[in-house]
Amino acid sequence: MSGLLLEVRDLVKTFGAGETTTHVLRGLNLRLEKGELSALLGPSGSGKSTLLTILGTLMKPTSGRYEMLGADMIGADDAELTVFRNLHIGFVFQFHNLLPDFTALENVIFPTAVREGRETASARARGTEILVRMGLVDRVDFPVAKLSGGQKQRVAVARALMNRPELVLADEPTGNLDRASAIQVMDLIAEINRDEGTTFLISTHDDKIAATCRRQIVVGDGRLTG
Amino acid sequence: MLYALKIATRYLMASASQTALLVTGVAVGVFIFIFMSALIGGLAEFIMARTVGDMAHITIDAEPTDPPLLLPRAPGRILLVQQKTDQRSNVLPDAAAFIPTIEAIPGVLVTSQEITGSGFLIRGKLVQQVSVTGVEPGKVSAIVRIGSYIVEGRPDLAAGTVLLGKTLADNMKLAVGQTVRLQASTGIDAALTVAGIFKIGSGGQDRRQAYVSLATARTLFAMPQAISQIEIRLADLYAADATAARIEATTGLHATPWTEQAAQLLAALKAQAQTGLLLKSFALVTIVIGIASAMLLSTFRRRPEIGIMRAMGAKRSFVLLVFIAQGAIVGLLGGVSGAAIGYLVLSRFPGPGALQPGGLPIDVAQGAFGLAILLTTIGAILASILPARSAARVDPATAIGQ
Repeated sequence: MSGLLLEVRDLVKTFGAGETTTHVLRGLNLRLEKGELSALLGPSGSGKSTLLTILGTLMKPTSGRYEMLGADMIGADDAELTVFRNLHIGFVFQFHNLLPDFTALENVIFPTAVREGRETASARARGTEILVRMGLVDRVDFPVAKLSGGQKQRVAVARALMNRPELVLADEPTGNLDRASAIQVMDLIAEINRDEGTTFLISTHDDKIAATCRRQIVVGDGRLTG
Repeated sequence: MLYALKIATRYLMASASQTALLVTGVAVGVFIFIFMSALIGGLAEFIMARTVGDMAHITIDAEPTDPPLLLPRAPGRILLVQQKTDQRSNVLPDAAAFIPTIEAIPGVLVTSQEITGSGFLIRGKLVQQVSVTGVEPGKVSAIVRIGSYIVEGRPDLAAGTVLLGKTLADNMKLAVGQTVRLQASTGIDAALTVAGIFKIGSGGQDRRQAYVSLATARTLFAMPQAISQIEIRLADLYAADATAARIEATTGLHATPWTEQAAQLLAALKAQAQTGLLLKSFALVTIVIGIASAMLLSTFRRRPEIGIMRAMGAKRSFVLLVFIAQGAIVGLLGGVSGAAIGYLVLSRFPGPGALQPGGLPIDVAQGAFGLAILLTTIGAILASILPARSAARVDPATAIGQ
């Protein structure tokens, strides 16, 4: 699988105004091809999380251009971006960010159920299938509050894959896990990327995690430096 | 919609004790609403039964006939004062013909043609002055519920029979089945058999009132065609003014609503009803404020989850629906619980009809249970809109902490 997935040009993001203005992104340019497994590296405050948030359409840049799958992400309104995000982008957060009052399966199928207005049998089948692949066959109907950190993060990865998105954005997905769990999660990501061609952009501080990715993108002072 | 309902239910179940407390609060508010409805309604019914319960809601009678002005033929300016009179001709010559028209007017339950007059009840040396009312045999209880006041005999009026007040019968030493002579003010008399004796509890009626059949009254008062008045009972006694006006417009007859004779009572009942309305409104406002504050708290507590849902593709409208559904569920549960408790508690009261001295005249039938549930649910939904809108506006990036 190849071809352009997304492209950002001259991306600028500032927070605050006047003397308190903080320039987080200063004209950043980036292209991601379909099927990439990329690590996003950089020191704290370099703009990695802000870039992921903008790429995830959860925030708009101050200026610049952003196109994904040929669609303009800057001009789209909130409702259009919500639908686009649901269909094409998956998220994995550092602290898993699951819905605590729901089971593992309910969390996984949320992106589909919220679009279809109900939990269909096919969604449940798909959700179960991903959870099995994540090694959580005996945790399908467990409340997520009772899962370990590593298990929660695997549920989060499963949820990100539920709608078969073209892009999964992972912000420090192993940052809160022990080494064994981190390796397990990264192995799963690599497997999904290889088997299904899903593009992953993984923000990390961990050089060993970054080394498992085929491309390393380095952000510094609001721009790509490598 | 279904999925939003599921999420809403799960959120409520996740904070079971908080939800139970909230539902209890709403139920208490609904109970107060129902209690006030039953009490105010029962009190009004009790007062009405004790005051205008046996009155006609509308009376059709002859126009007052003011005396002619007798101007002396004198020079100069004359100051003339005319004293209005309540005296009536006591005769409605053609009114009976309008009965079908009047009965066809919406809200009219029953009409009763009557001949009224005075006379003497004579039994040997015993003589008592009486008010005589002639009514149609099948409508003895149409206006005054004589049937429920009968203490001896039956409330059946055939030609040649009379129903007497208890005090009057005692004074005349009369019992059911005995015969008495009734001499009307016209001088015509008739021998009548006592068919029943009633005790209304009103001294005047029990001491002086005699009911005869309309046919007997026609003979006694020499009114072969005419009647004295038509009394009307309505489905809604508060519609008396409008219905009387409509009867006047339709028939040209002089119709007097009961409110003209009991304006102060009406004002008191209206004030009482408004007080009840005010108290019920306070109960509803309390419910709305309670739900709104609980939902606001829930919205604040769930901000990160709202952010996650938005990031996963939940539209603002979905988030809105989740929180409004929570309010609706709380309102419905609280409403139904409060109504059920209200019914169980209020059913133990005997009701205004069987009220004991010192008791509360609560009428469970006027508890407005359905209205209480409906208004509470609507109120709860309205109370949730503001917190739900606030939830829907949550910025996902900020809420997740990205």
